[in-house]
Amino acid sequence: MILLRALGLTLLFLMASLLPSNAAEADLRAIIAKFATGTGFSATEAVVRELAATGDPAVERPLAALVEGNLYIRKADSAVFVGNESGDSVALLDPLSGEKSAEAAKADITKIKVNNGLRRVIRDALGTLTLRAKDPTVRIAAADTMLKTPDAANIEPLDAAIAAETDANVKALFEQARAASVLVSDRPEADKLAAVALIGARGDRDALSLLTSVEANSPGAVKDAATAAIGTINSSLALWDAAQNIWYGISLGSVLLLAAIGLAITFGVMGVINMAHGEMVMLGAYTTFVVQQVIRTSFPGLFDWSLVIALPLAFLVAALVGLIIERGVIRFLYGRPLETLLATWGVSLILQQAVRSIFGPTNQEVGNPSWMSGSVDIGQLAVTWNRLWILVFALGVFAVLLYVMKRTPWGLQMRAVTANRRMAASMGIRTPWVDALTFALGSGIAGIAGVALSQIDNVSPNLGRGYIIDSFMVVVFGGVGNLWGTLVGSFSLGIVNKFLEPYAGAVLGKIVVLVLIILFIQKRPRGLFALKGRAVEA
Amino acid sequence: MRGNFSKITKMFSASVVAAGLLMSAPARAADDTIKVGILHSLSGTMAISETTLKDAMLMLIEEQNAKGGLLGKKLEAVVVDPASNWPLFAEKARELISKDKVAAVFGCWTSVSRKSVLPVFSELDNILFYPVQYEGEESERNVFYTGAAPNQQAIPAVDYLMSEDGGSVKRWVLEGTDYVYPRTTNKILEAYLKAKGVAAEDIMVNYTPFGFSDWQTEVSAIKKFGSAGKKTAVVSTVNGDANVPFYKELGNQGIKAEDIPVMAFSVGEEELAGLDTAPLVGHLAAWNYFESVDTPENKKFIADWHKFIKNDKRTTNDPMEAHYIGFNMWVKAVEKAGTTDPDKVIDAMIGVSVPNLTGGYSTMMPNHHITKPVLIGEIQADGQFETVSQTPGLVMGDEWSDYLPDSKDLISDWRAPLSCGNFNVATGKCGGKGTN
Repeated sequence: MILLRALGLTLLFLMASLLPSNAAEADLRAIIAKFATGTGFSATEAVVRELAATGDPAVERPLAALVEGNLYIRKADSAVFVGNESGDSVALLDPLSGEKSAEAAKADITKIKVNNGLRRVIRDALGTLTLRAKDPTVRIAAADTMLKTPDAANIEPLDAAIAAETDANVKALFEQARAASVLVSDRPEADKLAAVALIGARGDRDALSLLTSVEANSPGAVKDAATAAIGTINSSLALWDAAQNIWYGISLGSVLLLAAIGLAITFGVMGVINMAHGEMVMLGAYTTFVVQQVIRTSFPGLFDWSLVIALPLAFLVAALVGLIIERGVIRFLYGRPLETLLATWGVSLILQQAVRSIFGPTNQEVGNPSWMSGSVDIGQLAVTWNRLWILVFALGVFAVLLYVMKRTPWGLQMRAVTANRRMAASMGIRTPWVDALTFALGSGIAGIAGVALSQIDNVSPNLGRGYIIDSFMVVVFGGVGNLWGTLVGSFSLGIVNKFLEPYAGAVLGKIVVLVLIILFIQKRPRGLFALKGRAVEA
Repeated sequence: MRGNFSKITKMFSASVVAAGLLMSAPARAADDTIKVGILHSLSGTMAISETTLKDAMLMLIEEQNAKGGLLGKKLEAVVVDPASNWPLFAEKARELISKDKVAAVFGCWTSVSRKSVLPVFSELDNILFYPVQYEGEESERNVFYTGAAPNQQAIPAVDYLMSEDGGSVKRWVLEGTDYVYPRTTNKILEAYLKAKGVAAEDIMVNYTPFGFSDWQTEVSAIKKFGSAGKKTAVVSTVNGDANVPFYKELGNQGIKAEDIPVMAFSVGEEELAGLDTAPLVGHLAAWNYFESVDTPENKKFIADWHKFIKNDKRTTNDPMEAHYIGFNMWVKAVEKAGTTDPDKVIDAMIGVSVPNLTGGYSTMMPNHHITKPVLIGEIQADGQFETVSQTPGLVMGDEWSDYLPDSKDLISDWRAPLSCGNFNVATGKCGGKGTN
C-alpha cells in the first residue's frame, strides 16, 4: 500500500514536471483537498463554488461524483477520492484522472454529504462546464439547467457556446437559455423584448414559470410583453391539459381493463361472483417478484426480459390456483350466488394470509426494466413508458382473449355452456370441464394482469383489494358477459374519472363516478351491452 | 362429493380451533410471570406496518428476560391479532386486560384504532404505549405517546423547507390521504404557514382515498402548481401503500428533488424497501430516528434486530425506536414503583428518562408525550435516509397545537394536583374541547 502510494506520488511528480497543465492540476488538487477540512454543507458548497470558478473541465469528474454521493474522504490521511462501491469494499479512484489508486473498506472512508441545495449548486456549475461536451444529450441537459437557473453571468459562456454549436436543436435550446439569462440581466429593453418572444415561443411550463417571474419583476414594455406571452402560453396549455386528461383517462382505463378482463370471464361469462379475483392479480405480481429475484441472483443480464419471462409463469400459477379453487370450492356452489360470494371471500382471505406468511407483510420490490422507465414528451404531454406499455399490453390481452372466445372450439363450448347449460350438456359438451377451464382461464388472465400492475403499484398481500371493487364496477357497467362491454366500460370510466379529478378531487371524483354508475344501472340494468340469451332471461 | 367437502370444512374448523387454543395457551401459564400485551394487526391492510412492531416487541421482551426479567419475574408476551379491524381492537384490548391480566399493552398504529381502544383502557385502568407519529389533539391518562406529536415532526419539517438549507420554499402543496391524521396535520400546517406570512393562493391542499394508485393527475397538478416562478415543495401525509405508486409517478414524470422536493411524514425505511429509490434521491422525510443514524446504541439495536428476525436485509424504523423507548421507560417505571400496578406505574412514568437510539436521552413529560430530537433526512439510492438537518436540542411533544383556535389554550398535566389532560388556561377549568 505504502509502496503503491509512493509510486503514485513519484508518478505524479514525474507527470507534474513533464506536462504543461501541471500548475493548474496542482491548484485543483489543493482545492479538492479542502473537501476534507471543512465540515457542513456550507463548507462543501464553498469548495464546489471555488472548483467551478476555475472553469477547468477537469473538475467535472469530482463534481459529478459528489452529486452522485460517490466522493469519499479516507479517514487515515484525509485524502479525497471518487469511490466505486462493490460489496463491502470501495475502489478508490483518483478524483481528477479517474484511475484506480487504492481499495478501502467502507468503515475506513466517509462519504461527503450532499443535500438538495448543494445538488442544485453543483448542477448549475456542471451546466456551465458541460456546454461544450461531445455528447449532445449532455449539452441539452446543460442548456436545460441553465434555462431553469438564469443568471446574467451565464450570457457570455452561452454566447461562446452558441457560436461554436453545430447542432441546430441544441443551438435553439442554448438561445432560449441565453434569453432566460438576458431577462434577469441589466441588458437594454430591446434585448429583453426579443428574449420574451424567444421564451414565449417555447410555450411550456418552464417558459411560463420564467415569464411569471419576469412579469412580476419588470417595468413597462417588458412586463406587457410577458403578460401577452403568458396569455398565449396559457391558452395553448389549456388545450394540452384536455389532451393530457384524455391520455390519463385512457391509461387508467387500460389498468381497469387489465384488472377487470379476467373477471369478465369468471363473473361475466360464468356468473361466479368471484371475490378472490384480486388475489389472482396479486399472485401474478408475486410471481413477477420471484422471477426477478431469481434473475437478480442468477442471471443479472436477463433483467430486461424479466417481465416477458414472468408472463407465462404468472398465467400458469394463477390458472392453477384458479383451477384448484373451482374444483375444490366453487363447483359445489353453482347457482347459489350468496354462498359463492362468501366462500370466495374466505378464499381471498386465505390466499392473502398465505402470501403474508410466505413473503412477509411488507412490500416487495419489483423493478422496472429499462424500457419501462422514464417518459417521452409529445408536445407538452409527458407520456410515461410504463403506462404506454400497459396500454399496449392490455389491448393485446383483450385481442387474444377475444380470439379465443370467438374463433376457437373451446371458446365456442364456453359460450354454449353460458348460453344454455343443459342444452350444451345434451350436445355432448363436458360442462364441468368447460367450467373448470374457463375459471382457470379467467384466473390466469388476472395473473398476467398482475405482472403489468406490479410495475405501477405496490407488490404486497393487499394488492388485490384495491382492484376488486373497480373490476366489478367495470364488468357490471359494461354489461355482464360481454367482452366489448368490458373494454368500452373500462375506458369510459377511466376518462370520466380523470376529467372529474382535477375539478372535484380524487375522493369526490370517485364518489361521483359511483353515483353515475348506480343511476345508469337503474336505467339499464344489464349494462352498456346486454347479452341476449336464454340463460340470461332465466 | 358433498361429503368430502363437509369433511374438509370440519378439518378446517378443527384446525382453527386448534390454532385458537395455541393462541390462548399463554393465558393459562403460571403466575410467576409478568404479562405484556402486544396489540398489533398481523393480518389485513395494516399488517404491512404493524407486524414489524410485534416482532420488535418480542425481541425487546426476549432481551429483557435475558437480562434477568423484571422484579425477579420473567416477562411473557401475549400477542393478539386485531386484524386491521377497528372495533376488534377494542375487543382484543378488553381480552388482553380482563382475561390475560396483562400489566401493560404496546400497540395500535392508526389513529382510529387508538381512538377505538381509549374507552377500554380508561374503564379497565391499564396502560397503552402508542408508538406512531400522530395528529396530536389528545392526552389520556392511560396512554403514553412515544411517537411524534405534530410539533416533533411536521412543524420542524416545514421550518427546514423554509430555511435557506431547505431551499427557501415559498409555495406549498399539502398532499394527504383522506383521513384524520392528514386532515388535522394539514389544518395545523396551514394555520402555521399563514402565521408565517404565506399567502392563501400559495397553499394547495389535496386529498386522495386510501390505497390510491393512479397518481397521474395529482402529480401533473403538482408540476403545474410548481411552475409559478416560486420555489415549491410538497408536504406529504400520504399513508402507507399509496406512497409507492406516488413516488413511482414522481420519478417517471421527472420531478426531481432539486426542483420540487417532497417532504413525507409517513414514509420510512420500511416503505422504501418496496421501491427502486434511485429516481427519488433527495426527497425528504422527517422522523425522530433513521436507521442510518451512526451511534453505538443504534448499531447494537440493528445487529440485535437482524439476529432476532434472522434476515439482515430487514430495516428498522421510527416506530420501532418508539417502542424501544416506550418499553425501556415502562421497565424503568415498574422498577421505580416496585410493582406493575397500572395506577402506580402511571405516576412513576412521568420524569423517567431512558437512552434513545440517536445518541441522547428521551424523557416522559407530564403530558404523557416524550422529548425527542427531530431529524430531516434525504432519501439515498440505497433506500436509506441521510440526515441533513437535526434540531439542536430535544423537542418536547406538544399535544394541543398552538396553531389551532380550539386547542391553543389547552394544556395537559397528569401530575397531581392538576391531573388533567385538557386543562383550559383561559378559563382555568379542566375539560376544554380540542379539535377532535
